Formats: sequence, C-alpha cells, structure tokens
Amino acid sequence: MATLSLKLRIWRQAGPGQPGRLVDYQTTANEDMSFLEMLDVVNDGLIRQGQDPVAFDSDCREGICGSCGLVVNGVPHGPDPGGTVCQLHMRRFKDGETITVEPWRAKAFPILKDLVVDRTAFDRIISAGGYVSVNTGSAPEANSLPIARDVAESAMDVAQCIGCGACVAACKNASAALFTSAKVTHLALLPQGQVERRHRVVQMVDQMDQEGFGMCSNEGECQAVCPKEISIASIAQMNREYLTAKLSGA
Amino acid sequence: MTLESKIPSGALADKWNRHKFEIKLVNPANKRKHTIVVVGTGLAGASAAASLGELGYNVHTFCIHDSPRRAHSIAAQGGINAAKNYKNDGDSVQRLFYDTIKGGDYRAREANVYRLAQLSVNIIDQCVAQGVPFAREYGGLLDNRSFGGAQVSRTFYARGQTGQQLLLGAYQALMRQVESGSVKLFPRREMLDLVIVNGKARGIICRNLTTGEIERHVGDAVVLATGGYGTAYYLSTNAVNSNVTAAWRAHKRGAYFANPCFTQIHPTCIPVSGDHQSKLTLMSESLRNDARVWVPKAKEDKRSPAQIPEGERDYYLERKYPSFGNLVPRDVASRNAKAVCDEGRGVGDTGLSVFLDFTDAIQRLGIDTIRTRYGNLFDMYRRITDDDPYKVPMRIYPAIHYTMGGLWVDYNLMSNVPGLHVLGEANFSDHGANRLGASALMQGLADGYFVIPYTIGQYLASTSLDPVATSHDAFAAASNDVVGQLDRLLAVKGKRTVRDFHRAVGAVLWDDVGMSRNDAGLKDAVGKIRTLRDEFWQDVSVPGEKTYMNQTLDYAGRVADYLEFGELLALDALHRTESCGGHFREESQTPEGEARRDDERFSYVAAWQFGGVGQPPTLHQEPLIWENVKPSQRSYK
Repeated sequence: MATLSLKLRIWRQAGPGQPGRLVDYQTTANEDMSFLEMLDVVNDGLIRQGQDPVAFDSDCREGICGSCGLVVNGVPHGPDPGGTVCQLHMRRFKDGETITVEPWRAKAFPILKDLVVDRTAFDRIISAGGYVSVNTGSAPEANSLPIARDVAESAMDVAQCIGCGACVAACKNASAALFTSAKVTHLALLPQGQVERRHRVVQMVDQMDQEGFGMCSNEGECQAVCPKEISIASIAQMNREYLTAKLSGA
Repeated sequence: MTLESKIPSGALADKWNRHKFEIKLVNPANKRKHTIVVVGTGLAGASAAASLGELGYNVHTFCIHDSPRRAHSIAAQGGINAAKNYKNDGDSVQRLFYDTIKGGDYRAREANVYRLAQLSVNIIDQCVAQGVPFAREYGGLLDNRSFGGAQVSRTFYARGQTGQQLLLGAYQALMRQVESGSVKLFPRREMLDLVIVNGKARGIICRNLTTGEIERHVGDAVVLATGGYGTAYYLSTNAVNSNVTAAWRAHKRGAYFANPCFTQIHPTCIPVSGDHQSKLTLMSESLRNDARVWVPKAKEDKRSPAQIPEGERDYYLERKYPSFGNLVPRDVASRNAKAVCDEGRGVGDTGLSVFLDFTDAIQRLGIDTIRTRYGNLFDMYRRITDDDPYKVPMRIYPAIHYTMGGLWVDYNLMSNVPGLHVLGEANFSDHGANRLGASALMQGLADGYFVIPYTIGQYLASTSLDPVATSHDAFAAASNDVVGQLDRLLAVKGKRTVRDFHRAVGAVLWDDVGMSRNDAGLKDAVGKIRTLRDEFWQDVSVPGEKTYMNQTLDYAGRVADYLEFGELLALDALHRTESCGGHFREESQTPEGEARRDDERFSYVAAWQFGGVGQPPTLHQEPLIWENVKPSQRSYK
C-alpha cells in the first residue's frame, strides 16, 4: 500500500461573513483512504495540537446522502466523474502533489464555517412545489396506475439527484437549474405529477430566482460534475415546462 | 413498574382495526393547538411529521443535518417488502407476518408484527401516489423481486436506491407541510435532553449546531425517530453522524431501553482496509441471489481466486445449508463467514474476507443482465477497492448494519414515559432478535405514516396537559445539565482525540459483543468500557468553545454516550444466555454449531431502567405471548 506525502491548501473561515484564506498543511495518506478519511487524519493531528480542526459536512460516506461537497483542485467532488468527494480515494493522487480544498462558492450558499455551507435554499425550492400533493391515506391502489417502464426509468434517472449542490458550485453563474430541473422533470414525466405540473414549475423556478441563484447559460459544467450524472436535457425540459406554463397563464 | 404492552384484545387480524375504532379522536379544531416535537427526519420521522402536519397538528421537527433529506434511511439499497401478492406466488399478510416473526427468531410481539404486515400494502400505494419511481415491468405494473431468502417475491425497489426514493417521497411530503405552515423545520439541531414535566414528556433541549446556542422546545408530545445505535461499534454501515444520543438521553430520563443486544450484522460489506477506515459500505443483500460465496479449502491459501481450481474451493453455505444455500439469513451467513476466517481460510491481505463470486452467474445470464441488476453496486465496489467485480470475485465481510433493540414502546409506540413516542429503528418493537431484508423501510414508514397519526391522537385526547412554558424549572434544569456536560467536555483538555476513544470502544464491542459472544468476553467488555469511560473524562481533547459550530464537541457528546450505552449493550448480552437471531451466545448452540434459543427462560422483552452511570440497570420483563404462532427452532438446512 503506497503512502503519499501531500501538501494541502484548505480554505479556513471562522464564521459567516468573516474573512477567509487558504492555509497550508502537510500530511501523509495511504492510497486506500477516501479523501474524507485523509481529512479526518489531518483533523486528528490538529486536535492533538489543540488547534481548531477543519469543519466539513459528511454523513453516509457512500455517495447517497448529499452531505459532503468540496471543491478539490477547482472541481466540485474532485477528479473522479460520477461520484461524490466521500467516494474519491487517495489513489487518484500522486506523491508530493499539492491539493487545494475549497467550499462550494455561491451567493445562495453562504459559508457557515471553513468548508461548510448553508444549502437550505434547496429545501425552499422543493417546498415551493417539488412534490405531489397527496395526503397520507388518500392514495389509490398502486397498480391502478400503470406507468411504462421506460417512463419510470427516465423519471428515476433524474429522481436520483442527491441535492449536494455540486451543480451550483461548478457553474460560473451559480445556477441551480440542474437541481431544480431534476425535480421538475421527475414529476412532469409521471402521471402523478400532471395535475400540478404547470403550477409546480413556475413556483419552483420563481423560488430558485429569489434565492439568488444565477441564470443557466447552457455550458454543461453542472452535468460534468453531477455525482449522479444527471443530464442537462432536464434543464431543457424545465424550460419547455416553464414556457408552456407561462403561455397557459399559470 | 409493570410494562403494559396495551395490545388490543380480539383476533390477531382484527386488533388494529378494532383499536383504530376505539381510539379517542382529537377534535379537528383542537389539533392545531397541540404542538408535537418530532426529532429525526428519516423515513419514520419525516413520514410522521408530514402526516401529523396534514392532520392539522402544529409540528416542530428537528434534524442534525443541514436538510431533512439527508437522514441515513437514504442509504438503504435493496427494497421494501409489502404483502401485495402481485406475483401470485402465495404471499399474504399472514405470510409476511409469519416470515417476520420467524426471521426475528420469535422475539417480537405478534400484534405489532401483524399490524406491520397489514400496513405494508398501504405504504406502497402511498409512495406510488407521491411519485416514487419504483421499478416496473414492461406492462407498466410494479415489479417485485425476492429478497433476503424470502420464498416469495414481495420486495418493491427503485434500482439500488430504494431508501433514497422513499425518503425523498417523505421529505417532499414534509416540505409541502413546511410550505403550508403546519410544520416548522429546525435543521442542524441536536437533541441533547428530554424534558419531563409532571411525569410527562413535554419537550427537548437541543443545541443549534451552527451557532452553538442551547434551545428549549416545548410540546404536548415528543416523537423520537432518531435511528439505531450501530455506530457504537465505530465501524458500521451507518452514516458517521448516526448516533444513540437522543435515545440514550431519553433513557437517562426514565425511558426503558429494550433488547440492546439484538444487533444485526450484515454479511455482505466491503472489508476493512486499514486503521484510517471511517465506515463500512454495504453491498446489497440482493447480490447473494446470483453470487456464490466461497473460500479456499486450504488454510492461508494466498493464490488469486482464478488460480484456485474448482475442487479446492469451499462453497461453504451451499455445502452446509443445501436448501437455502447462499440465501441463508443474515446472521447465519455472517457467523459462517467469521468461522471460515477464524479457521485461517479468509482471503485478502487481512485474511478477513470471503469471496462473493459472479463468474457462474455471468456465464449463465450474460454480463448485460448482471450489469442491469447490479451495475451501480459493482461501480460502487470498484470505486472503493479498485477491483473490477466483473472480472475478479468481490471480497466481502460482515459489518454492523442495523439494531433491532431500542427504546421500549407499547402497541401505541409510546414509551413508558407518557407522551414520549418512539418510531422506526429507534424503537425495539417489530423485528425481534433479527430483521429480515427489506423490512426496515417498511417499519419506518408504517410507524410514521400509518400508526403514530392515530395513536398520538389517543394520547392527546385522553391526557390532561397543563400549559408549560420553556421558563419552567424542568426546562431550566435540563438546559443546565446540557450546558454542564458541554463545559466538562471542553474542560478536560487532554491528549487523546474523540475518534481514538470511539475507535477503542468500537473495537471492544466488535470483539466481545459482536458476531459471537460468551460469558467471559462480555464480562471483560464491561470492565474495558468502564476503564475507557474513565480515561475519556480524564484525557479527551476537545478544542474550541461551545458558542459556535464545533463538530468535535458534537462528536464528543455522542462518544460520551457510546461509552455509557456500550456497557448496557454488553450487560444485556451477558444476561441473555440463550442464542437467538443476531445474538449468538457460544454457550447456547446445537451440536452442529447453530444457535439454540431458550424459550423456557428467555421468551421475553428485556427492558432496562437506567440506574445511574456505572450503576447496575434494573431489568423489567415483558413476556411474549404466543397465541397464533408456535415458536420453533429455525432450520435452514
């Protein structure tokens, strides 16, 4: 098992609105460690010296909860496509390499501390309409609503968004179009989502704009870093949905 | 105090319907006057908060994450069981009930499990109506698969991400209620104490994990849906922030903790690669449907798997259990993996893993079929290990995955503390000594969508509740206790990290209270945990202050709780000298080395009352009553 000697440049910021800066750290890592386990080791070293460890979010550490999100050498979630930074392993790096670690940067995701950002704007976009209005207990028998397999699969392709925010972090405009469109498309594809289809897209897009996310300029940076490889075709779908809704007076 | 399970009378199949009719209702106009505190936003918590909000209650809901969508229910891969019998293969509510009771090795309540099986069908309807994109057949109807050794196909799934899709459904329902104003959301909050006023649960103390502020939240009832305690073992398939703190602190305020020794070890996880490891990743049980488990026949055989000829391989599950083969229950598969590794026949650098081989399945079904069935799991495996499972067998080893024990609750999901309700993995109620695959999601959603909305009404309608303000002495006292502990953690200023202690207590639990347990080891574990606890309070290092985001301080509080809870876990395992389900006592086995239950002495729920840190807890027994099934010794031969 190879050991790597690394120089880290990590964004440190004491709290919201405070000045931050990149701080240099030296560490060693073995190639079987995940990127976050490497940071755990750095933090344990800092704690032993009585220093404040680097704050970062993570939870499931298997790429599904969407908690973690770091910009590694300028790329959200780092160099491995189709995965989160908790799934990134140190074998992807070279001995002696310098690695820069930064938080998501977007006006709508204010930094809370070091690498931790506030992503509650995403929750507010969902609460604006990212659901089917069905109360518990009022559902019809599940098989009374056949859904073609390819339609269900297409819905699943976008429904698997983990809400991590990498799409926003990758976008020069900090647009949340990929996130929002994934939910709009998931529900627009399915028969359950038809009743609220027009209202939903208008509400969610309006909320997205109010949160301070930028406009989409169709460069595809978001889909390149999306850990679930969600396609920007969903953004085109969202734009069609929005236009149709607006033209119909929603 | 006697434990009243409050199981309704009458025939098993009628109990829940009858109970729903007999339950008192809260006047619709009064519901908004009742504030309900819901802690945790996994499947149980999110579905409960959403459903209670829809009914008109004033719900305050709390989670430790930045968003309720991140709870660890999201990581469940395989699926959710329901007795729909869409496959026409002989399933029924009765069969799901029976399988769950038997799978739990006859240590769960009949009435709870029957209700769970009944409600399973409603869950699927509800989730489909929400837009959960379950797998479908070409005709557009819902697909099912057989899972975890079940003889019928009753598992609904959404690729390998069923937990994610169900949780997002519940999350969206929750956010809809947030939008409507019936639910108020408090993210990045950790419950650090339960507040009891005049014997009833009336609120919580929590820490705002962003600002460090200590907050008091009052309610007419408290619902805990804070998950299991698998992370006490340090390495588990749980998320790294999953913890026992909310449940443990409620226990210290009087709630009984039931059957903590019933822990589930999942047989198919990616093995440990080194000391740096922070968690273990599950490979779905569904893999065992098509893969074959084997080790070399010879000890210390370090050849690559391709170089080991067929005749020198031991497909030990197929050999020992010809009728179930690779699909034996989780505990049997796990113990057998440990046994072959203990014999020196384990594979990989550490010798602590066994092969899970798809070669035959790829030849039989074609690589495309295997990719369709398991592609995302294979990708996940390759990402972590750098091995390609299409070409070389996976290596797997058991890991702590789920905990069947939890806070004691009655049929209404209320603990022995009036007003404190406990849902999902946090309670003990439905899985007995072992949980079947694809049943965790079912229980979380049954509790949240379909049980608590009724039973909490019964409590609120039949209880007189005085108005209580957060200025009440009980709130002040609990708040002072919380602040006092935070100050003590910061004041130690020792040399060892919190993670050091967590790793140490986890190693004790894994070695002595893991897959195989014995009297001497368990007594030893109790002593080691006490020593570690003393060392923790003398030598832990928690830098910083409590007045801002301090993740080390959050973690230290959780590890302090593992160091108390771990002792109860070992004591419960020590007292239960039978083997059952996930609890294997070496002293209680058949001549063939299989688990031997002792129904004469242990057909009860062990509910423990807190007696003080380091003081012996008091055991309360709830006898299990068998009116409908006759406990038999499990056999998978």
